[in-house]
Amino acid sequence: MNPYRRHPFIRVATVLVYIFLYAPIVVLVLYSFNASRTNVLFEGFISSFGPLKTSGSLVTQSPCGPFHWFCELSRNREVGVAARNTLTIAFISTLTSTVIGTMAALALQRYNFRMKPFSQISLYIPIVIPEIVMGIGILTLFSQLFGVLNNALGLAGDSRLSLGLGTVIVSHIAFSVPFVTLVVQARLQGFDKSYEEAAMDLGANELVTFWRVTFPMILPGVLSGALLAFTLSLDDFVITFFTTGPGATTLPIYVYGLLRRIITPQVNALSTIWIAIVLTAVILLQRLQNREA
Amino acid sequence: MLQRLRENKAWQGTLLALPTTLWLFVLLVIPLFLTLVVSFGRRSPDGGVIYGFSFHNYLRLIGYSTNCPAGQSACFDPLYAQILWRSLTLAFWTTVIVILLAYPLAYFIARSHPRRRNTFLMLVLVPLWTNFVIRVYAWMMLLREQGVINGVLGWIAAQFGLPFQPLQMLYTPGAVLVGMVYEFLPFMILPIFTSLEKIELPLYEAAADLGANPFRTFLRVTLPLSMPGVVAGTILVFIPVMGTFIVSDLLGGKQVILVGNLIQNQFLSARDPTFGSAASLILMIMTLIVTYFYTRKFGFGEEIITA
Repeated sequence: MNPYRRHPFIRVATVLVYIFLYAPIVVLVLYSFNASRTNVLFEGFISSFGPLKTSGSLVTQSPCGPFHWFCELSRNREVGVAARNTLTIAFISTLTSTVIGTMAALALQRYNFRMKPFSQISLYIPIVIPEIVMGIGILTLFSQLFGVLNNALGLAGDSRLSLGLGTVIVSHIAFSVPFVTLVVQARLQGFDKSYEEAAMDLGANELVTFWRVTFPMILPGVLSGALLAFTLSLDDFVITFFTTGPGATTLPIYVYGLLRRIITPQVNALSTIWIAIVLTAVILLQRLQNREA
Repeated sequence: MLQRLRENKAWQGTLLALPTTLWLFVLLVIPLFLTLVVSFGRRSPDGGVIYGFSFHNYLRLIGYSTNCPAGQSACFDPLYAQILWRSLTLAFWTTVIVILLAYPLAYFIARSHPRRRNTFLMLVLVPLWTNFVIRVYAWMMLLREQGVINGVLGWIAAQFGLPFQPLQMLYTPGAVLVGMVYEFLPFMILPIFTSLEKIELPLYEAAADLGANPFRTFLRVTLPLSMPGVVAGTILVFIPVMGTFIVSDLLGGKQVILVGNLIQNQFLSARDPTFGSAASLILMIMTLIVTYFYTRKFGFGEEIITA
């Protein structure tokens, strides 16, 4: 019996589902090169370079040629600020949640202590509770806390505590830390303790054993936890929406705000760049995995 | 002090777990408690909270109204109950459709040659990692009255010289359903794949040896063993669908109001955080009840983390 035999129905369904997954993305990318400003039909590429010329709703010539909308996007200052905020938030929250999440995974897998059951259960909260519930809860916490603190410290005007990058980062850490811990814990579960015992027998102390034996062995788990935290942070809309403040707009929030008013090919250009980055990351990851295997 | 820490394993464990536990306590547990407290309060004229202990907001959610025709002091207004019911049925249908679409694909990947398996999986990840809001935008482009689908249909009609009236697809319940299915499909494919991949091939040989045809083998071996993946996927799809407000906001407009939109609206424009908090707790209780009964019946798989 051939284990790789698949029913024709399965093959057809698979092709259809992949088309469903990719058709919107292909359209999105194609239309970022559209000559039409209204983006109804694809009217061809902007083929000639030179000073901007339009006829009706068509752009016939642009200094950037087919990359007209990308150039428009690069001149958009709000997008630049939002991109910088998004990356700052993702880097800081990934770094923090990876470090403290790995520590917690070690504790939960290797030690017994009194608050262990509580620590373990709290990890499942972000999985079983809708994001919007967490979002408005955190918003309530910050607004109450800042209200009390601003009054108590007598802060006024610009020095008042308010929502911004800081609150977004702190909240992102809260929803990504459980995922890091659970991934690293899963890695630790399949871990053979005899390597560590051998290291200790050979005279290594606990610290050396950790850095030279334990850490390299759980590193793949730590890295995939970090990757997960990073993508969760980049992708997050709901929690950011409720915890962000003036000057701390992220890309998803910016795009959402834009879409409620107008549809512009600039959003397509932004999407194309985003998809290109994701595609590169995925291909690199695959290379890395193939080398490991 | 340091010496004591070196010897006391319980202390070391506590210390290692402390940052994470404290973080989750302050940012997840305390906020939930605050939401509970606020939900019993009343809205102050400036959009703040007057603390108290009244079930007023919860009664409003199930249809109690004081905004009644003349002569009545209280009456039944099903508006909010309808919103809750609509969210629940939409989440149900989204989950059903997502399972039907995800299963064949996950099965195909799990039964493909190990060398090609990674590539097929990565093809599922690319749409997943493409930003959530961008994916909604893609469907806005497709479904708009002057969008891609109507454009193509109109072009085809013109080729045959037929009259064409653009279809109203955006801002309908159907658009929201399609958007939800598209957004959450990868979350079902990955856990189902994980549980299918774990099934060992000798099991199939045994089933075949015992005279089971492929269909029977699927029903009696494959399907039961892949249930943990379906359960994990359902949790990963059902819960976020219940609470999402962007999809319904951008694809449903004012036609399709879900609990998520109701909550967002109470916090941002209606400025009644007490009512918003009550709605959000009801939403949480609804998802917890569904998850509880569903996992009690089918178990809670580890597959949830692997996705």
